[in-house]
Amino acid sequence: MSATSTSGSIAGLSISFEKVEKRYGSLVALRQLTLQVSPGEFVALVGPNGSGKTTLLRMAALLVRPTSGKVNLSVSGEEDTAAIKRRIGMVGHFTMLYDELTAEENLRFFARLYALEHPEPRAMAALEPAGLKTRARDLVRTFSRGMRQRLAIARAMLAAPSLLLLDEPGAGLDRDGAAWLAATLHDFRKSGGTVLMSSHGQNEALTLATRAIAMHSGSLVADSGPGGNARAVIENEAASAPAQRSPAP
Amino acid sequence: MTRPLHSMTLSRASFTIVAKELRAEFRSFELIISTLVFVLIVVFLFSFAFDPTVGESRRFGPGLLWISILFAASLMLQPSFSRERTNDTLGALRLAPIDPFAILAGKLLANFCFLLLVELVLLPAFSVLYDVPLAPVAAQVTAVMLLGSLGIATVGTIFSAIASQARMRELLLPLLMLPALAPVLIASAEATAGLLSDPPELQLNWIVFLVAFDVIFLTAAWLFGGYLLEE
Repeated sequence: MSATSTSGSIAGLSISFEKVEKRYGSLVALRQLTLQVSPGEFVALVGPNGSGKTTLLRMAALLVRPTSGKVNLSVSGEEDTAAIKRRIGMVGHFTMLYDELTAEENLRFFARLYALEHPEPRAMAALEPAGLKTRARDLVRTFSRGMRQRLAIARAMLAAPSLLLLDEPGAGLDRDGAAWLAATLHDFRKSGGTVLMSSHGQNEALTLATRAIAMHSGSLVADSGPGGNARAVIENEAASAPAQRSPAP
Repeated sequence: MTRPLHSMTLSRASFTIVAKELRAEFRSFELIISTLVFVLIVVFLFSFAFDPTVGESRRFGPGLLWISILFAASLMLQPSFSRERTNDTLGALRLAPIDPFAILAGKLLANFCFLLLVELVLLPAFSVLYDVPLAPVAAQVTAVMLLGSLGIATVGTIFSAIASQARMRELLLPLLMLPALAPVLIASAEATAGLLSDPPELQLNWIVFLVAFDVIFLTAAWLFGGYLLEE
């Protein structure tokens, strides 16, 4: 998304996880995780599949309730859950889009749910920077994976959020798409927004991270800390990943 | 930066979801046409299997009619929530700053509309196949249809939300829904039978029963709607 929707100052959201645990039956997705993310931070979550990154993001989006522990989202001043939710934009593992609606109808529908003013022009305006304006009236089911991902990102940015939760946002994007995503996130961070982004490998957007956290088996194993050496944690995780995936001798 | 100026009320959020459901369905008519074909086949087969006389039609017809509607509902309500899980659009709905009940209410109203559309075609077919004139009691039959269908849509939508999280969801929904809807089936069939008797009689006790059933389950949906949609 361009600077049009994210320009100006954004009151970033802060998130805190206090001894959070999440169990799905016998499977422990998160183990006694404690983490504090301050407004304006860009946190990269790295780690192998099944390390708990998606669960952590969905918990931050208030979509998953912890089995134990506490998740707290706050912005300057007291706000209710609906007001907090309005400030969250999310790109999930799935597109969160209706295949049987057009691109414009999808964004218009979500603009209405977020009670945005002028949903129609707002939807069209969001499609332009995503490079989808010419496909506005086409059904999403006719889109390629990369186009769907761009639309998913446009949807997440539609209500000018303060917090972006991104689960592998670069999945399916071509080089131009990845560059657009990085530029969008750059603008968002500059305007004071908070970002929590999971990623497997190296990508352009990861270079924007001000903090990196490595997760394994639901636990936090490395944290560069705010303003620390995020790149070192990301590179260390990338270097150790192939060894973890290779079968034991 | 532009900020939203007002909150989404429950009714506005519900109607936004209903409009989305109708738009998606009326683009293809997939759900309505397949349900309609199924339910017409059921009514047609019942009529040939029993070959009822006029008297038998008046006695057994209402039961067969409501069983057909119940079959139609179990087919129609199946994808209501399960297709929201395909792309995790349910997650997007839950993330929106709206009352969680608005999601359930929007789905419920859309399912109610779809069911009424199917019944709009089913009733004339039933009237012809079973030789029971519905025109003289059209208003009363409409009232029974509205109350019975609201009960079916309410219970069906609740169980569709529950079943969508299960692995055997296609099997689970009818297993949960059909026993729970037995009271609606009995009340609606009895009320319809009263209207088809000679002379026609509107049995208020069954109407009151249907109203009570609808109110109880709508209240339950309102109270527990948020929990039903959680992961």
